[in-house]
Amino acid sequence: MTEKLFEDKLGRVPERGEIVVVPIDLVYAHDGTFTLAFDVMKETPLLSRVFDPKRVALFIDHAAPAPTVAAALVHRAMRRFAREYGVRLFDVGTGISHQVVADEGLVKPGMFVVGADSHTVTGGAFAAFATGVGSTDAAIAMATGKLWMRVPEQVRLKLSGEAPGYIMGKDIVLTIIGMVRSDGMIYKAVEFQGEGLKTISMDSRMTISNMAVEMGAKVGLFPSDDVTREWYRVNHGTEVPVLEPDAGAEYDEELELELPRLEPVVAAPPNVDNVKPVRELEGLEVDQVFIGSCTNGRYEDYVAAARILKGRRVRDGVRCIAVPASRRVYERLLRNGIVDILVEAGCFVAFGTCGPCIGAHLGLLGEGEVAVSTTNRNFTGRMGHKESKVYLASPATAAAAAVTGRITDPREILPADARLMVVDPSYSFKP
Amino acid sequence: MARVIRGRAWVLGDNISTDHIISGKYKFAKINRLEDMLPYVFEEVIPEFYKKVQPGDVIVAGRGFGYGSSREHAPRLLKLAGVGAVLAKSFHRIFYRNSINIGLPVVIVHRIPEVTEQGDEIEVDLEAGVVRNVTKGVEERFQPPPQQLLEILEAGGIVEYIKKMNQLPW
Repeated sequence: MTEKLFEDKLGRVPERGEIVVVPIDLVYAHDGTFTLAFDVMKETPLLSRVFDPKRVALFIDHAAPAPTVAAALVHRAMRRFAREYGVRLFDVGTGISHQVVADEGLVKPGMFVVGADSHTVTGGAFAAFATGVGSTDAAIAMATGKLWMRVPEQVRLKLSGEAPGYIMGKDIVLTIIGMVRSDGMIYKAVEFQGEGLKTISMDSRMTISNMAVEMGAKVGLFPSDDVTREWYRVNHGTEVPVLEPDAGAEYDEELELELPRLEPVVAAPPNVDNVKPVRELEGLEVDQVFIGSCTNGRYEDYVAAARILKGRRVRDGVRCIAVPASRRVYERLLRNGIVDILVEAGCFVAFGTCGPCIGAHLGLLGEGEVAVSTTNRNFTGRMGHKESKVYLASPATAAAAAVTGRITDPREILPADARLMVVDPSYSFKP
Repeated sequence: MARVIRGRAWVLGDNISTDHIISGKYKFAKINRLEDMLPYVFEEVIPEFYKKVQPGDVIVAGRGFGYGSSREHAPRLLKLAGVGAVLAKSFHRIFYRNSINIGLPVVIVHRIPEVTEQGDEIEVDLEAGVVRNVTKGVEERFQPPPQQLLEILEAGGIVEYIKKMNQLPW
């Protein structure tokens, strides 16, 4: 499928490893990466322009609203830039870029998308060749609408069978990262395929594509299938094409994951590939729970948390911070009474920001503290003090820890018939 | 950038992330000025690295260097601190690309990280494609970067290269 996406842009099939210049359909940056991109544009007359304002977007999402004067100055510069060049700016509270490009329908199957953020790979869930770049590359793409790319080796990751109801996209992707390790897919395009896909929701696909970068991949691609097309109909009232690999597509590597064998997992610090079954860590005391981020701040994620938190309380001594990834997600949670469940359980509910995940604001960790977090990285000091620890988990596992104050297998709390992946985009949670 | 880089080795292990190089909690406190982040480089790995490092020093690491965030601050700050090159068994792709874009030589080698100890004298000849651990008397060859990449590195990065050529590369 990677080959087809390149072929569509170039009018020919490129070789693996070939360096090609591709037209870019969408390029974005945020308040963590904008300043360096802007510096590049300012100091290089040839780059002091925007190739197409409709294809360039800026997001104030990493430290929003501004927790420091330094951040406020960056936000101010971004608003000015957006006015001057006529590009779209998604200001404080709109949400996290990778969620908002989906909410707004800016990412579509077949597109080439680059963002000055490693989690731009989230767009692979929509069959877009979406990948992260640095600020200089983002500036070049904003100015020229083109970027060089090395055509990646292609890996087929077959998801076979059907996942048990308590499994979420996070468990799937963490299990894969544990298998292939954090450097196992460096520079490669990973394509998710197999009959298991029809049971994997768009929200979970976004989680899986999002963390493709944690195995080193350049892109984590899903096909555009019935699930994708129904999602675009319901959310955007548009028809998108089917985009699937050809039957005889050739791959450089083939892997398989049997979904029925999965169980809830966590990634223990200090590396994302340090993946263990939740049951092996049960009982470990927790100080903070964070449910949010571009990895797990979606509707499905809070439905899962609500199933566990409804009628229960966050345990005394534990902070549970819930930050829906965008205003659109927040509104849907409000309509379905899920915000009420979170607040009544004792969660701190805030508006879309990356804050806690990157240690920017809204809940840093102190010395010796332990967090269960639905985010994507558990490196030393990532969310606060260097002697704090971050365990990455699904929203169900995180919510279970919030209730018990310890790492807990969510199966002990969830009803036996729970199905956590919400494939139907019209689904409405009934409290 | 000189085509031959000479300096002392700073030895690091596997999975050194861009968070290790510049942690988000420091980066976002100083987000409007790159120079202000310099004191925090490798804060939790090699405290006061910015004071200890000498121009031309070389980082010698294991697998998966530059893991994680796309923050270009990471290679820019290493260069600003005076690091002459990064040698590792493998690099994550965004860091690798960013490093070339901003003019920090990055070289994939396998034997050198096995034999190098902290403070060893390292010599990197980019054009010839040779890394030498002078202290240990070990030499390793690598595929030298293509001419255009060498020119970008020599110019000090792609922005300087574009300015020098006065045209876009495509």
